[in-house]
Amino acid sequence: MSWLRIRELVRKEFIQLFRDKKNRPLLIIAPFVQLLVFGYVLSTDVRDVRVGIVDQSRTRESRLLMDALNANRTFRITQYTNHPKELDEVLLRRKVDLALKIGPDFSERIRKGNSAPVQILADGSMSNMASLRIAYTSLVLEGFNQRMIEERFKQRLDYGKIDARIRTWYNPNLDSRNFFVPGIVAILIMILSLLLTSMAIIREKEAGTIEQLIVTPLRPIELILGKTIPYIIITQTLMIIVITFAIVWFSLPLKGNFFLLIAAACLFLLSTLGIGLFISTISATQQQAMMTTFFFILPFFMFSGFVFPIASMPTVIQWLTYLNPLRYFLVIIRGVFLKGVGMEILWPQFIAMMVLGLIVFISAVKRFRKRLD
Amino acid sequence: MPGYANNPPRNSHFPQAEVPAVHLQDVSKHFGSIEAVNHVSFHVVGGSIVGLVGSDGAGKSTLLRMIAAMVRPSSGTIQIHGLDAASHKTGIKPLIGYMPQRFGLYLDLTVEENIEFFMDVFGVFGAERAKRKERYLGFSNLLPFIDRLAGALSGGMKQKLGLACVLAHEPKVLILDEPTNGVDPVSRQEFWGILGQMRQEGMAILISTAYLDEGEQCDQLVLMHKSRVLEVATPEAVQSHYSSLEEAMIHRIQEVDEGLMHEQFGL
Repeated sequence: MSWLRIRELVRKEFIQLFRDKKNRPLLIIAPFVQLLVFGYVLSTDVRDVRVGIVDQSRTRESRLLMDALNANRTFRITQYTNHPKELDEVLLRRKVDLALKIGPDFSERIRKGNSAPVQILADGSMSNMASLRIAYTSLVLEGFNQRMIEERFKQRLDYGKIDARIRTWYNPNLDSRNFFVPGIVAILIMILSLLLTSMAIIREKEAGTIEQLIVTPLRPIELILGKTIPYIIITQTLMIIVITFAIVWFSLPLKGNFFLLIAAACLFLLSTLGIGLFISTISATQQQAMMTTFFFILPFFMFSGFVFPIASMPTVIQWLTYLNPLRYFLVIIRGVFLKGVGMEILWPQFIAMMVLGLIVFISAVKRFRKRLD
Repeated sequence: MPGYANNPPRNSHFPQAEVPAVHLQDVSKHFGSIEAVNHVSFHVVGGSIVGLVGSDGAGKSTLLRMIAAMVRPSSGTIQIHGLDAASHKTGIKPLIGYMPQRFGLYLDLTVEENIEFFMDVFGVFGAERAKRKERYLGFSNLLPFIDRLAGALSGGMKQKLGLACVLAHEPKVLILDEPTNGVDPVSRQEFWGILGQMRQEGMAILISTAYLDEGEQCDQLVLMHKSRVLEVATPEAVQSHYSSLEEAMIHRIQEVDEGLMHEQFGL
């Protein structure tokens, strides 16, 4: 193996990559646009819930309930009507996210010491958002109840009661951006490395240069290294830039060791570059390679726990996700970013990713070599 | 033949080396049930040009690819300077230069970057580099276009750059697969001028061509038809009493086809 030849291959690859004007937006603009778009758009946070209200009671108590809702930063009462039908209408037209109906006997029941029903209508077509909104509403009502009881009985009622003091660790404000942005870094690395490697080899196939290279003393392993090293360098550089940008722009906390992330990315690249090589052996044109790449990207994305929690998937699919390198990389990247954990916690993920990466890469190299001979 | 008058004169007698540069012994290749090359034997000595001529689909390209060690023969042996092509693949690669019909240039690299890349791959370093770049690009009149992208060259210039890239590691054996197909007459003449010079320097050149005026420039012709070699002889001997090489070849091929018909149908 001649490192000199590999170095020249890498240099040629860089010249070609930066000479092609089409590559510049792909390499420089696309990562930032994706980070910004995903960073702002991908969010499951419940904020600014628009509430519509029908108050048929019109008493001090019903006004107190509305005040309690309005006082909460999450809720905003945007519709106030007298007709329950009208309320159904605005919910249907998505003018409000949540509808509250206070019956005429609301205050009367409270004053008599009975429980007073309040109807809450939520838009269930967005099921995950609806359940979160309902949960938030219950919290507000809980507080309201507490106040009412205190007002009526003027005595301490909290003895012999569990007092739950909840602290959320690692992401105290439950900011979903902190959850998504590190994942986006992983997704970016995956897409870029897959696409760039397969394209780089297919380009030589299409131009007929790969046939020319076969008759030179260049060995298959040198060709593979010459074709993958540039993309290792590029994706790692992009990762550093994108992470820095995420920390500065989204004020993402990086609690753990940055170099651990780099090491994890190297192991992750073993898998993606291997798949990129594999794609290049089964595709003849750049279009084919592009289609095949997306065929791989989608399941990796879906079954990684990036958006949809693995724990909610059917058991068989859960087992399949163990074959997904992105799954491990996400655990590592989130662990390092938010929890600040190191090797002592993440070693199973590192080992899984290494084993998976080695298997994928070595079999891809074998297939690639066979194709060259 | 007009146009080639200023080429260096062909060697009147063959320079006989002890070991032929290319030696084929009973070489066959079949892809499944299809015979591409059928029991072919001939040799090429240094300082000579051997032309591979014949009908389309005769197996010329497969034969050349086998000699370039890109395809392994099904049976028979190919030796390059005494080295077996199948078992000494790495050993023979520096000895050969192979140029297909469409040379795989990097169209997004410049003329200079292309030739430098091939020198890098073949390990040509130091003072030799500048010398060879000058020499082989000079041969092909490409020095004024050194900074031009290969993609912006004309067809003939691309082929000449391909030849320069193949020659840059100074191979002992040059294998050319219809290199002048679709190239204008002037560029073809220049191309053959370079080949003539290489022959004088002792290179063994094996070239397949569809142009029979080029066939006449060769020292030996190998006439192939339907995966077999019909004749290995000098252009004069192939032409024999016919008025042109073309006529002689057509006649020979028709003869064989008729013979096959008789065999098959008992006519």
